[in-house]
Amino acid sequence: MLTKRIIACMDVRDGQVVKGVQFQQLRHAGDPAALAQRYNVEGIDEVVVLDITATLESRQALARTISAVAHQIFLPLTVGGGIRKEDDASAAVDAGADKVSLNTAALSNPPLITTLARRYGSQAVIVAIDAKRRGNGFAVYVRSGTSDAARDAVEWAREAESRGAGEILLTSMDRDGTRSGFDCDMTAAVANAVNIPVIASGGAGDLEHFYDVFTHGRADAALAASIFHYDDTGVGELKKYLNTRNIPVRM
Amino acid sequence: MIALIDYGAGNLTSVRKALTALGADFATPGRPEECARFSAVIVPGVGNFAATSALVGPWRDTIAETVRRGTPLLGICLGMQWLFEGSDEAPEVPGLGVLEGRVTRLRGNPDAGLKIPHVGWNALNFHGQPHLSGPRSRMLAGLEDGAHVYFTHSYAAPVTDACVAATTHGDTFAAVVERGNVFGVQFHPEKSSDAGLQIIRNFLEVARNPSAAPPHVEAEC
Repeated sequence: MLTKRIIACMDVRDGQVVKGVQFQQLRHAGDPAALAQRYNVEGIDEVVVLDITATLESRQALARTISAVAHQIFLPLTVGGGIRKEDDASAAVDAGADKVSLNTAALSNPPLITTLARRYGSQAVIVAIDAKRRGNGFAVYVRSGTSDAARDAVEWAREAESRGAGEILLTSMDRDGTRSGFDCDMTAAVANAVNIPVIASGGAGDLEHFYDVFTHGRADAALAASIFHYDDTGVGELKKYLNTRNIPVRM
Repeated sequence: MIALIDYGAGNLTSVRKALTALGADFATPGRPEECARFSAVIVPGVGNFAATSALVGPWRDTIAETVRRGTPLLGICLGMQWLFEGSDEAPEVPGLGVLEGRVTRLRGNPDAGLKIPHVGWNALNFHGQPHLSGPRSRMLAGLEDGAHVYFTHSYAAPVTDACVAATTHGDTFAAVVERGNVFGVQFHPEKSSDAGLQIIRNFLEVARNPSAAPPHVEAEC
């Protein structure tokens, strides 16, 4: 039986892991390769590296970070943040990424999804959607959550799938960094609308939040950052808990 | 020395990294004629079966010849699918055809949460099908029934007598195949943490000692 994936996300700036609350107030969390190794030992299923500055200078630092992480772990590795064009994606893949995550560029240039899916396969292309509740829908934001994209998350997820995305990484901006739980309604709305895996992100605070998002939220995978970085909740502890609640996980 | 075949289907960085970490001696031959000097062959690959059209012709002929000589061959993901006769994903492209059967699309079942592509960690089952012989398999030495490995694919090979471990995602399909010195894994051992590295280590052992081939798996079932 296919297990539910637990994914650790590392927001990286200048080669160091940082994590903010609702996209701001960055705190320092350490060396990416060392953190990845710790996660691997604890039983993490996958690792995401997000370049949160994505400036030209940080590009080369990012390649070094990806390479360092990729040499430390033999797990699927996704890289996102500032991937604007095919060359950015190929640089990430050449450095050791298995998947790239597109966010702003996917919306401003949707054919890029198809281009990368043709070149690397759909399994290598994740479309990341940052969204917050608005009325009965879920409004998509781009540029690190600063700009209203005037799209609904459900409709955009469907289009991303049709263009060749292999997975959707859905982040609740309302919940991000708050540790108040995933937005299960939003996750379920997107998961029910597409036939590709949906990774839920934003709001993980305790063990039960993961149970909720895998059941009510219909998520295929759940991603968290700060809850794992600061040793509040170990990956092993989380998996043991999910296992006792009859959620299939890789032990 | 192991030949790692690069035919442009996906990125070989991860496979190279895993082989390097395990101390394997390997190289990427630029031309099919160079294959003769290698003691084992790995055909990796991810993506559409159509990508294997790059192997049609001299590469296919050469690899088929190395198989006939008993040189160990490992197909990974798309490379495993290529060992079969062909795939519904690209019906016009012939596979290597050293294993019988065709690769077909997984059906899935969205209502039951069985999405396609099949992405993530799933279990290798050594039992439950008449042909499965995980415990006797050289590829699965040191692994336990139910070990989890990382898959990402939409098409899969049938469970035939070459299958030594199966996986179920709606349909049950061949996760590991083994016949003589021909091996294939549908998942990505280079992305499957300790279990995956053990499988690559097992292939490296076969590459060092191919004469250890057990009697034909078929005959024992």
